[in-house]
Order: sequence, then structure tokens, then C-alpha cells
Amino acid sequence: MATPSQEWILMFQADQKVVPKSVWGRFARSRWVMVWFTQLLYYGTAWLQYNGRQALLFDLDTRRFFLGPLVFYPQDFIYLTGLLIIAALSLFLFTAVAGRVWCGYACPQTVYTEIFMWFERKIEGDRNERLRRAAGPWTAERSSRTLAKNAVWIAFAAFTGFTFVGYFTPIRELTHELITFSIQPWELFWIGFYSLATFGNAGFMREQVCKYMCPYARFQSAMFDKDTLLVTYDEQRGEPRGSRSRKAELIPNKLGACVDCNLCVQVCPTGIDIRKGLQYECIGCAACVDVCDQVMDKMGYARGLVRYSTQNSVQQGWSASQMLRRAFRPRVLVYTAVVWILIAAMAMAIVARDDLRVDVVRDRTVNYRLVENGQIENVYRLNLMNASEYTLQVQTSLLGDNTDVKVVDGQALVLNPTESRWVVVHVQADPDSVHAGSNPITFRIESARLDQGRPLSETVEHIDEPAVFLAPR
Amino acid sequence: MSDFFSAVVPWIVAVVTLLGVLACGVFLWVQASKKLKVSLDENTNSTGHVWDEDLKELNNPMPRWWMGLFYITVVFSLGYLIYYPGLAAFEGSSQWTSTGQYKAERAKIEATAAPLYARFSALSMEEVARHPDALSMGQRLFLNNCAQCHGSDAQGSKGFPNLTDSDWLHGGDPETIRVSIVEGRKGQMPSMQAAVGGTQEARAVAQYVLSLSGRSNNSVLAQLGRETYKNVCAACHGADGKGNTALGAPNLSDRTWLYGGTEKAIVETIRNGRNGNMPAHGTLLTAEQIRVLASYVWQLSNVPEKTSALAQ
Repeated sequence: MATPSQEWILMFQADQKVVPKSVWGRFARSRWVMVWFTQLLYYGTAWLQYNGRQALLFDLDTRRFFLGPLVFYPQDFIYLTGLLIIAALSLFLFTAVAGRVWCGYACPQTVYTEIFMWFERKIEGDRNERLRRAAGPWTAERSSRTLAKNAVWIAFAAFTGFTFVGYFTPIRELTHELITFSIQPWELFWIGFYSLATFGNAGFMREQVCKYMCPYARFQSAMFDKDTLLVTYDEQRGEPRGSRSRKAELIPNKLGACVDCNLCVQVCPTGIDIRKGLQYECIGCAACVDVCDQVMDKMGYARGLVRYSTQNSVQQGWSASQMLRRAFRPRVLVYTAVVWILIAAMAMAIVARDDLRVDVVRDRTVNYRLVENGQIENVYRLNLMNASEYTLQVQTSLLGDNTDVKVVDGQALVLNPTESRWVVVHVQADPDSVHAGSNPITFRIESARLDQGRPLSETVEHIDEPAVFLAPR
Repeated sequence: MSDFFSAVVPWIVAVVTLLGVLACGVFLWVQASKKLKVSLDENTNSTGHVWDEDLKELNNPMPRWWMGLFYITVVFSLGYLIYYPGLAAFEGSSQWTSTGQYKAERAKIEATAAPLYARFSALSMEEVARHPDALSMGQRLFLNNCAQCHGSDAQGSKGFPNLTDSDWLHGGDPETIRVSIVEGRKGQMPSMQAAVGGTQEARAVAQYVLSLSGRSNNSVLAQLGRETYKNVCAACHGADGKGNTALGAPNLSDRTWLYGGTEKAIVETIRNGRNGNMPAHGTLLTAEQIRVLASYVWQLSNVPEKTSALAQ
């Protein structure tokens, strides 16, 4: 084996700028569907109202998180955990089935890059025109186009940043603040921060984010197996590659289907050559599939020289149906089952959430005291939190059939929507009915929604909280 | 030794820190222009690191902007060390201290709370005590600052006065309560063992004290203790045992006992004295907060519907 030629290189080099050619086809259309879907969701949701407030609002000041009809509190962090676990498992599932399909179609980095490239194409033209200009001098026309492009990018990025902050400060108020120049410094900072991030990531960093920054890109390949759909180049069909006239016949082992037009390299957003096989830079966007299919159509060859396929399918020459059948392999079925079980569990947990949250804290100063009527008394603080957006009526009593131990001041009180309040209650017991030391007791806190001052019987809920009652030895 | 620590160590810290930052910068600068001999063939262009039989680390250069980020961190840390007191020998141009930050944050919170309290400044304390908003604020202040000793229901416990009854050591009008909170109180009774005499004499005085509140007592002993009481105790507690709020001397003729009213407890008090201490809260709470708090405490024993105020 001859020693390969060597050269001296710097340890740090400026990357070759990737200038992707635009492409249109089946998969590009799917990507644009996702672009429209995600962006309508993102820019639109902020403006939806529910019950006289913003439908989706993360109010960090009061630590309340409004999601449509639901209000979450820091105490509900477990639901966020559940949501993140579901998101992670969904990523595992999609990756196991179709590789980096998230990266290719739905990732914000991809989506915003797609939008920014569309602006770029409209203002500066497609790949060849841009390359030609970049190679030439800075003419007035080139500068004005570059300026226009950046202006549009900044405007769009600013709108994105503004919308982002609109999920933390109600977006209607934020709009008003902007118009009247009364915006808070921190709000302005975060709008600037997210705008700059969008502008930088989608305008300039692009594939660098996927190659060097993104953690998901690293570990998604660990979830691939031999039945994962990947963008593959059919080497058997394509090689040996070469340019030819339209009329040339395919000759096995002399001339493969690949016409070596290099379009698959030109459209690639990460600038790789898919014909070298799967590389870690590939984000599974299938731009090369779209463009190669067009070339094959022009040549009159069959489509699918570059296509979604699996390692098993390529190695064992499976048909498409054989390959797709393997999509229902145990690993995928288990992922699917777990995801659905978790979604169902989350939904049930959210439906079963109590309107009222209770915390019982025994007074630590006074173990017990003897009161005038000869009873033993303990003092408790109840922290009552109305987690709903309704007015609640609350009543406290003790569970159990020992009537000689009772709450003496558990009369009904009213909790306003999302109010949290400390209430002090006394429990008194007959000395003969409790034994010396600590006696376990259980508070029962009943709540009902108030409608025009009258409790609604069908909304009665109760919460039981354990506590101890101390008696003298 | 302590001189060494206070004078020399800050400089050692400063020098080591700056040398560390400088070394990072120099290292980056050296690496940035360093060249590597690499193979042009992808299959052999490896660093020689191999995992899992065939997983090779290739000799590809890092992106240059990455290097830029490293330089930025060096510049940032220098800026940080100028602005904040990161170098022990130099306090930083911002004069930042954790205490200063705490004070600034507290001032900010107090400024946002000021309008809430401003509503009550025009009202007398008795009027504040009837204001539902003031009561709920007062209750929260009480639970956070007072309940640790006086109990969540303000009824106190041994050694900690009950604030819901009408028995006051220093006076129970709103203004006096406010002063008690601001300045604190020292409830000191010196040991009277020597002045009274022996244990027997102390018992006799205790029996007399029991008689003051009309409780059952040994009348023989009480007669003996009477003279001692007049000579020793009456100066503060009064001849009739009614106490003296100017001195904070408790009323001995009622049924309220801070440290227990049994003969045993009273003898203990006479022998050892008592040292009650209500800490001053003038520096811990703002004047406005204390005014609301004092009104809340006052209404516990003076407004008829006090139980509802507690429950609400």
C-alpha cells in the first residue's frame, strides 16, 4: 500500500461556506408544509386568548404557567418532566424509524434556515448567481442586494424574538409597550438576544450548528439500527459513474446510472457528497433525493438512485415492501407503546389534578396546650392554594370516627382564583380520647367551586393530609 | 499568621488567577498558528485513536469561529475580573458585594411594596386594624416573623407571651406594641435567692403569691411569705401584686403565667430569676410593616371578631 500524500494544515481553519442550490420535489414540499405548520403555530398561538387572558403564557413573575384551560405552578414541575420524557421518547421513535427525520423537516434550525434561504434566493438569486457575485467585486448592485437581504433577515428575526418574549410577557401588552416606547429593559434585552440568535443561526451559522453545536446530532446516530430509513446512494446501480449523452445505454460494470452531475452535492445544506455513504453531517433532509429523481427523470432512468432506504435493504436487496415491513420491529413497537402509555398517563394525571393544593404544617413552638375547658389543643397551619381559575369554598375537618378529636375553627372560607393563603386552625381533643405522645390524625379539606356565592355540589373534591396530634405524657 | 493571610494570600490569588488567564491566551495563540502533518487520504488520516475496533478519530481541523469563541472567553474573564471582585487583591470597579446586592434587592422590593403600605399611613392604628387588606398583610408578616415564638395563633407558649389576651407586660395599646416590636423588650427578673433567704422562705413567698390570685394556698406559709414579699418583691410587682408595665413587671394577681404558676415554678423563678428577651425588629422590618404588624397584633385582643380574623 503506497503511503498517501501528506500536507501541513492549520489546526483551525475557516470552513468552506456552503452555498446550497434550491431544490423542489416531494420531500422539499413536505419540509415546506412543516415550515408553514410550525411557524403558524409559533406566531399565531401567542395571539390566542382564553378566558380573558393569553391562552399560552409563562408568567415568570407570579410563577404561573397558563396553557389553554390549564394553569400550572412550580409545584406541577412533574408534568414538565413528563412532557420532556415524551418528547425525548418521540425523538427516539422517529429516529429509529426514519433516521434524522426531525433534523430534516421539523427542527427550528432547519425551518428557519429554510425561510432565510428563501429570502436569500428571492433577493440575491440562486446558487450560481450568488457564487458568481461573490467571486466578483463589490458593485453597487451587489452591496444593495446584500444590504436588502440582511435588512429583511433582521426584520424577520426581530419579529421572531418579539414573539418569543410574547410568551412570557402578554404579547398584546408587549405590542403596546413597543408602540409607546415604554418597553422594559429586560424585555428589550431578550427580544434582542433571541433576534440575534435567530439571525446568526439561520443566516450565518446554518450547518455549523448541526455539525459542531447540536447535541442531538451526536446521539441520534446511536439510535440507528440496520432497519432505520436513511438517505442512501444506490452504489450498485450508480457505479461506475460518468457523464454521457442522453442516448447512452446503461452497461453493467461500464456505465452506472449516476451521471456525475454533482447536483446532489450542490443542493446539500451541509455540503457533503451522499455518494460517499452515510456521514455524520447528513441531516436526512432528502434534498439530494429530490434533485436526483429529477435528473433520473430527464435521463429516462428509474427514480431512486438516491433514496430513503435501510442498511438491510441495500445489503440484501430487499424490495420496498419488505423494507417497510421491518418498520414494525420490536424496538419501534416498544417505543410506540411507551410513548402512548406516557401520553395517556399524562392526560389522566392532568385531568385528575386537584383544584386545591394543601400543605399541613404543625406549629413547632407549641407541642400542645391545655385550654380552659380541659381539652388538649394543638395548632396547625394549612397552606391552601387554589390552583384553578374559579372561586373555591373550603372547609376543614378531621377524618375518622373519633368525635372527641375535632377541628374547632374549620369553618368555610373562600379562596379567590389562583390565591394561596395560610390558615391557622386549632385541633382540640379530650384528654381521655388520645394517648400520650403523638397521635396520627388526618385532615380532610373539602372544596367546591362557588357559583354566584353557592357551592356547586358536582365540583366537590376532598384532599386528605396526614398530621400528628401531640398529647402530654 | 492572620497577617500573612490577610496581606499576602489575596496577592497570591490575584497573580495565580491572572497567570492562568494569560496562559490560556498564550496557549490559544500558539495553537492557532500550529500546523499538523495530515494525510490527504480520508482512510489513513487518523490520529491513531481507535475505539470499538473500527471507530477512528480523524485529523480534521476545528472550525475557526470555535477558536474565536475561546479568545472571547479570555477577554470576557479579564473584563469580569475588572468589574467584579474576582481577584482577591482588587475589589472590582463595580464595588460589588453580596451584602450590597442583598440591600439593593431588598430596597427594590420595599419600593414596590411601599404603595401597598402608603394606603395605611393616613389611618390611625385602630383604623388600620379594621382594614381587611391590612389584616391579611399583618397575618402574613406575623406568620413569617413572629409565629416562630408566639405561635401561629399568637397564643404563645411557656416563656413566650400570649398576644391574644388582655394581659400585657409592657402595655397593650397599639403604640406600645409598635415600640415593643421596634425596640424589643428585656424581661429581666434578677435572682432573689439571697434577698429572700433560703428555700423555705422562697416557698413561703410562693404561697403568698398564690394567694394574690385567690388560688388555694398554705395560709400559714403565705402569712410567713407576706412580709418578705413586701420587703423584696413589692418594689417591682407592687404591694397588691398588680405588676408594673413601666418596668415590665408581671401582674401576679391574675391567672396568666408566662413561666408557669405552680408553687414549684414560682420558687424556681424566685431562686434563679428569669431572662425573657423579645428581639428588636426595627432593623429587620420597615417602619410601615411594623405599623401594620402592631395593628394586627392589637386587634387580636381588641376587635370582637378576632377569631374570624385569624381564620381568614
